[in-house]
Amino acid sequence: MSEKKTFTLDGDDVAFEPGQTIIQAALAAGKYIPHLCYHPEFKPHGSCKLCTVKINGRPAASCTTAAQPGLSVESEIPEIQDQRRTMVQMLLVEGNHFCPSCEKSGNCMLQGLAYDLGIMSPHFPQIFPTRPLDASHADVFLDFDRCILCELCVRASTEVDHKGVFALSGRGINKHLIVNAESGKLADTDFALTDKAAQVCPVGVILKKRVGFAVPIGKRRFDATPMSVVIAEESKTKETV
Amino acid sequence: MSETSPPLNSETLAVLLARHRHNPTRLMQILREAQEALGWLSPQTLSVIAKGVDLPLARITGVAGFYSFFHTEPRGRYRVLWSDNITDRMLGNQDLMQAMCKSLWLEPGHLSEDGLVSVTTTSCTGMCDQGPAILVNYRAITRMTAQRVAEVCELIRNEVPLDDWPKDFFVVDNNIRRRDILLRNDMTPGDALRASIARGAEAIKEEASNARSWREGAHGAAAGPALTLDEIKRSNLRGRGGAGFTTGLKWEACRNAQGSGPDPARYVVCNADEGEPGTFKDRVLLTEQADLVFEGMTVAGYVVGARKGMLYLRGEYRYLLDALESVLARRRADGLLGNNILQQAGFQFDIEIHLGMGAYVCGEESALLESLEGKRGVPRNRPPFPVTHGYLNQPTTVNNVETLAAAALIAKNGGDWFRTVGTERSAGTKVMSVSGDCERPGIYEYPFGVSIAEVLADCGAKDVQAVQVSGPSGVCVAPNEFKRRIGFEDLATAGAFMVFDESRDMFEVARNFSHFFAHESCGFCTPCRVGTTLLKNCMDKIHAGHGTEYDIKEIMTINQLLQTASHCGLGHTACNPTFDTLKKFRPAYERRLKSLAFEPAFDLDNALAQARQMTGRDDAGAHLATSE
Ligand SMILES: Cc1cc2nc3c(=O)[nH]c(=O)nc-3n(C[C@H](O)[C@H](O)[C@H](O)COP(=O)(O)O)c2cc1C
Ligand code: SF4
Ligand code: SF4
Ligand code: FES
Repeated sequence: MSEKKTFTLDGDDVAFEPGQTIIQAALAAGKYIPHLCYHPEFKPHGSCKLCTVKINGRPAASCTTAAQPGLSVESEIPEIQDQRRTMVQMLLVEGNHFCPSCEKSGNCMLQGLAYDLGIMSPHFPQIFPTRPLDASHADVFLDFDRCILCELCVRASTEVDHKGVFALSGRGINKHLIVNAESGKLADTDFALTDKAAQVCPVGVILKKRVGFAVPIGKRRFDATPMSVVIAEESKTKETV
Repeated sequence: MSETSPPLNSETLAVLLARHRHNPTRLMQILREAQEALGWLSPQTLSVIAKGVDLPLARITGVAGFYSFFHTEPRGRYRVLWSDNITDRMLGNQDLMQAMCKSLWLEPGHLSEDGLVSVTTTSCTGMCDQGPAILVNYRAITRMTAQRVAEVCELIRNEVPLDDWPKDFFVVDNNIRRRDILLRNDMTPGDALRASIARGAEAIKEEASNARSWREGAHGAAAGPALTLDEIKRSNLRGRGGAGFTTGLKWEACRNAQGSGPDPARYVVCNADEGEPGTFKDRVLLTEQADLVFEGMTVAGYVVGARKGMLYLRGEYRYLLDALESVLARRRADGLLGNNILQQAGFQFDIEIHLGMGAYVCGEESALLESLEGKRGVPRNRPPFPVTHGYLNQPTTVNNVETLAAAALIAKNGGDWFRTVGTERSAGTKVMSVSGDCERPGIYEYPFGVSIAEVLADCGAKDVQAVQVSGPSGVCVAPNEFKRRIGFEDLATAGAFMVFDESRDMFEVARNFSHFFAHESCGFCTPCRVGTTLLKNCMDKIHAGHGTEYDIKEIMTINQLLQTASHCGLGHTACNPTFDTLKKFRPAYERRLKSLAFEPAFDLDNALAQARQMTGRDDAGAHLATSE
């Protein structure tokens, strides 16, 4: 019956179990740290860097840094929030995002984060990549314009579905999602709507066909309540891996 | 044989896959050999390979798509790559490349219509002291001139096989201008190993004469590695690859870590990726002192208890492969590699060479390990570090070529000897790759502590405006700092030393480097993937005369973010050249800036460029005025 170990997050004590990373402990305690590539059911990836915090004064990704007793973690401080705004803006100009016409609007983590951070514009010049849509599959279409390269679909398809439908190719700004077929088309893979990979995309890439706007805009997950609050509430009870 | 549809030679592939035992960790070598045999990697070829190593096609395609030297589209029977480091530019590579394209009737980056040839640029190929340099089908040709361009074009047009090209095209000079302990070394191969083993034997004798435990002479034999480790630690040797980590501590951590899983083992990796623009000293060490480097790897294996070593050689140095393989063969024949090395029962170690395929980030040690395992060269999350979880998750020591060469000398001559060279905190020598504006570019080995001014005097540099020390990821040093010294206490360096005289435009230097980082970012993390491209675009905007103070502020924001939030050293340092030159050579920027607070990057006139090209017009009427 030893005392629970704790660190502080923006001054509040957060208890943690051995093996938890900072974001895992924080979310379990109902405290939100911004994130995009982190998903409670998957091993932390550490690529989006939105979860970057200051740990004892040094910046580090909170999803991959192990919790340690006595750490002082700063998250919602101006310097870190500014950097997060810059990174969300980078993601916005890297892809082609037109929220008003996007089926994911209101359920999208990128959009939710942008609202939470008070982002009014993408700020940087648009990169306007060419990323053709893949509508070949019977049940799902892929709108690559919105991909933020978080690899959640890659991880889900590999680790949970054991199919390897998705992978990344290219390098740097030319990095892009590909599917497992010589033709490069989703229809020629063994992807199914029931796959875990069909459910994890934080943005609007992997979308079910024929269900457009079933829930009207304005009534979606993050429409009424800020995403930070929704996620903090939801994750409080959930177990993390 | 038409280049656009290579025959799917399944027999070739079957033989190749069998030779690599269908092992997915051999994927890089499998892909390379398949490409060498078939010209390019078609989806069908990739499918066969995917089945052969039992991985999804998309994974294989993703690996092929990561490396610049793999082609998933036809690229011509002759593929010409112009090294595009700033030093090549200063020697006129841009005009020469244009002349080549004109002569061959093609656009840079596009395959000629007959599928014969393509011409484009590549990151620094490590020939800065003898540029402008090119690679033709990955074979290095140095000292390009207008004359040589014409000759190369002629050979290509006549479809002369590369093996029949004039031999002198492929001569790569070592240009060694100053030798010290490493480059003067004439040790008999094996002496460092003999000295290491002798230390153990010495310990046996001592134990025996002390009559304490002479029966347990095995203690003495086991002491050999520990005693050699003591020498490495005593030497104060620090890594030459950039980070400067103490080698003795790294080896000790690896030695103390236990392997795990079904095949527990430890590994030694020699980092010969040498991708930092302006660096070519590992190329020369591997040419002149290959035995010393391999001996250093073997000493490392002896100390940490590894049986396998791997040399990760950058693809640009493929031409060294045969010579290196024959050194390895000789060492095997001489009992310096293999089983029972130097008749020591149980001393087993061998070395494999892996070729990289054009990705600077693979010099980062954890990305290098991913690449060795046949994956995309993406840096890992750390901790855990390679010394505990490296190649195949086993304890691994990754060391630079020069570090291992120095370690071999220390194993032979002892740590105290090594410390007599260099400075208090930087023991030994540093091999520097000098290029740019000087009379005698080449390799200079100095004891640590040499000043910038001394190096400049020795290489015959005049009217120097700046020196880029340690490459784009290092520091730009201005004349008021030329008293500064090379060493871990002041200017740490991985070896590059690029000299710029007063005629050079330091903004263009920084712009060239910004292109390099954008091209080489692995794309794993948001700040570097997007930030390096935004920085590049910003620099291009300033170059085009559309920059304002606003863009300078943008650069500062990007710099701040990359330094703090990037995943690896590439992102951390990607803004360094811009930041340094802004600080030290601000007029080079200011004279380009418009007085306006903001200018859009969109350039109306530029948008018409394509139309001009299509119509073949370039007269005044085909342009829109965009000046203020
Ligand atoms: C982007 C990047 C590129 C690097 N390239 C090289 C390289 O080409 N050669 C090298 O030895 N080290 C390189 N390093 C440093 C390695 O990560 C590592 O520190 C080094 O190989 C360790 O060897 P050492 O201790 O002998 O210096 C690079 C690091 C980064 C971040
Ligand atoms: S498709 Fe969605 S889940 Fe997959 S990498 Fe892109 S953003 Fe992430
Ligand atoms: S900093 Fe750049 S090179 Fe390093 S992991 Fe991130 S994207 Fe890749
Ligand atoms: S959530 Fe931590 S890096 Fe993406």
